[in-house]
Amino acid sequence: MTSSSPARARRSRLRRQKVSGYAVVLLALSLVGTLYTAFGAPSGQAQESVNQSMAVKEGRELYLSGCSTCHGLNLEGGSGGPSLIGVGAASVVFQVESGRMPLAAGVQQAPRKTPKYSIKEIDQLAAFIQSNGGGPTVPSGDLTDGDLQLGGALFRTNCASCHNFAGSGGALTYGKYAPELTPASARVVYTAMQSGPESMPRYGDNQLKPEEKRAITRYVRYITQAEDVGGASLGRYGPLSEGLVAWVVGVTALVGLTLWIGARA
Amino acid sequence: MSLVQKGVDGLGRGIDDRLGSSSFVRRSLNKVFPDHWSFMLGEIAMYCFIILLLTGTYLSFFYTPSLSEVVYDGSYIPLKGVTMSQAYASTLDISFDVRGGLIMRQIHHWAALLFMASIAVHLMRVFFTGAFRKPRELNWVIGVALLVLGIAEGFAGYSLPDDLLSGTGARIANGIALSIPVVGTWAAFLVFGGEYPGTALLDRLYIAHVFIVPLTILGLMTFHLMMIWYQKHTQFAGPGRTEDNVVGSRLYPAYAAKAGGFFFLVFAVLAALGGLAQINPVWLYGPYDASQVSAGSQPDWYVGFLDGSTRLMPNWEFSGLGYTVPFNVLFPTVVLPGLIFTAMALYPWLEARFTGDRAYHNLLDRPRDVPVRTAIGTMSLTFYIVLMVGGGNDVIASVFHLSINQMTRVLQVSLFVLPPLVYVITKRWCLSLQHSDEELLHHGIESGTIRRLPSGEFVEETVPLPVPHRIALTRVEPDYAAITDGSNPGGPGYGEVEVVENEPEKIKGFFRAKHRSSDPSQTSLPRPEATVLQPSGKPAKPE
Repeated sequence: MTSSSPARARRSRLRRQKVSGYAVVLLALSLVGTLYTAFGAPSGQAQESVNQSMAVKEGRELYLSGCSTCHGLNLEGGSGGPSLIGVGAASVVFQVESGRMPLAAGVQQAPRKTPKYSIKEIDQLAAFIQSNGGGPTVPSGDLTDGDLQLGGALFRTNCASCHNFAGSGGALTYGKYAPELTPASARVVYTAMQSGPESMPRYGDNQLKPEEKRAITRYVRYITQAEDVGGASLGRYGPLSEGLVAWVVGVTALVGLTLWIGARA
Repeated sequence: MSLVQKGVDGLGRGIDDRLGSSSFVRRSLNKVFPDHWSFMLGEIAMYCFIILLLTGTYLSFFYTPSLSEVVYDGSYIPLKGVTMSQAYASTLDISFDVRGGLIMRQIHHWAALLFMASIAVHLMRVFFTGAFRKPRELNWVIGVALLVLGIAEGFAGYSLPDDLLSGTGARIANGIALSIPVVGTWAAFLVFGGEYPGTALLDRLYIAHVFIVPLTILGLMTFHLMMIWYQKHTQFAGPGRTEDNVVGSRLYPAYAAKAGGFFFLVFAVLAALGGLAQINPVWLYGPYDASQVSAGSQPDWYVGFLDGSTRLMPNWEFSGLGYTVPFNVLFPTVVLPGLIFTAMALYPWLEARFTGDRAYHNLLDRPRDVPVRTAIGTMSLTFYIVLMVGGGNDVIASVFHLSINQMTRVLQVSLFVLPPLVYVITKRWCLSLQHSDEELLHHGIESGTIRRLPSGEFVEETVPLPVPHRIALTRVEPDYAAITDGSNPGGPGYGEVEVVENEPEKIKGFFRAKHRSSDPSQTSLPRPEATVLQPSGKPAKPE
């Protein structure tokens, strides 16, 4: 008995500590909430949340008609597609804005297509997915305002090994590939880094900070839009296409001229 | 006579009085070269080389071969403020801030690719026509040496901009040196001046690229041409063309005009490529950083076969006794090119050994007439092309949406299956062409005329093959006496060809034909030279 009494006291103390822990967290949360409501909440918040819930509602309609066959009525996934709970708005923007979703056929890797949804619809879909389990969100504003030179250095370190030095794409194993980056919009480039689709690694905000992602996005948009100052780009595939042109155009022209001049008396 | 003419005359006479050079000049200008378009393919390589020297000189005015670091402050915005080597910064300056720099760089690079390509085309011509046979084996070996030097020169130039692609290439070269058993580590340290990347390599490659290798190429190329000059050019069989003469046009004016014009045509093609097609956009690659590598990092085409052999090689290596021998690098990048170039250099003697043919040859073979050699050639080309496709497997897989793994396996099998298959097909093809030639000789060309004999039989009439064609096929000269009688058996085209023979040229010194075969019919040197007359049948004006 004498030995069990202090043990029981210890247990009840532990229980008290646990309860008091919850109480402190609850108190702190309500305090933060009150303070936020009092000072931090932006005006027009009510209107925004109404818009947001409208978007979620619209997005749900779009989801049920266009996506639920594969991803399930409750985003739980199914035979055709993975669960979308917790993938976040970023993933939706990447997949739908680049036309990869809805998928046309079960192939090695979802190909880029003409988008089926407008930007407004994509945002509604994204709001719906975001409202179910959260996940990385798409930052608003201009995504190409980062540091161009920093973006170049980060691109060469993190992206060029698969996407090629000029973003022309490259091969991965068994028919998978790193796609060409020229058709990708700034949002698609940014959200690809956030969501890490297919074989691509996911770059969380602790691996590449948001300003670094913006820098890379700017660099990608810059080099893919920049004109080729030296003439025809030859696809920017490196020495392979140059060698092909040397043989097909250069040698053909030179041998043709040799034939011509050789036939002169 | 104008004052200028008088002056030129006086100068010429003055030089001649002192050097006695007029007879040499006259003899040289009268030198006869056989006419065939394919004999001019080697010239393309020479003109590319001249253009490489000119554009390279311009680039050297602005290029700084230094690895010391600078902060870039030129016109290319995405690299502004980035720390890089002076070599890379000066290459960017050439591309963006030096007047005419970019087009010079691009012409230089296209000329390099086409220099190697025209060497390859010239080599194929020489191989398939048997021009390498006795007495020209030494010139063949010089040609192979020029090919290898061209690859070395190209690799050095590829490495100079110090961009990401250059560094990747140098890294691979380092790995190749390291793979050599026993001496590999020391060899790599010797070449790179220590651990990779070090600071010594760029200086060494620069002096090799702008001085040692081009000077060697220039020397060997001069020797290559001197040998042709003294041994005289080979020719195809035809009217009046024998093993013992040279029939063609004189250096002056025919070939002087052709060659002069040809240089500018080659220059035009290179300038068009340099101006219209972007090559090696160094600004996109970025400065070299050992931690970075780009997809699609490939060597220039002439090294592509070694990249391919490495990619197709299974991942074999030996580890034991405290050493590792990486066969996966050693075999495709050291052993294979060693075997290829040795076999290539020794080919004239190998062929002579197997055929027992040790005679002098001044008349060329048509590829179909030597089926085994032609088949060996196409077989080797197939092997080479499979390797080259293998070197680009990643870009090809990416562009055509293929599986790189399946593609590599298909190429691995093709490397051993396709060459023998091509050998057999080529050989059968050559034999079939010989049969069709025989058909032509015996039955003539189909005329399309069908005649009905009084007996009612239908007979197809054929036209006999024109004499020049007949000689080209049989190497047998017709009976000229019968022809001058007026009974022309030759058919159309015969009367246009006559032959003028020159005095046999006496040859002194090293190339003296002392070592000639004792059989006078196998005489190679000296061969009298001759020009074909004008098509009108009148003799050409004496030069």
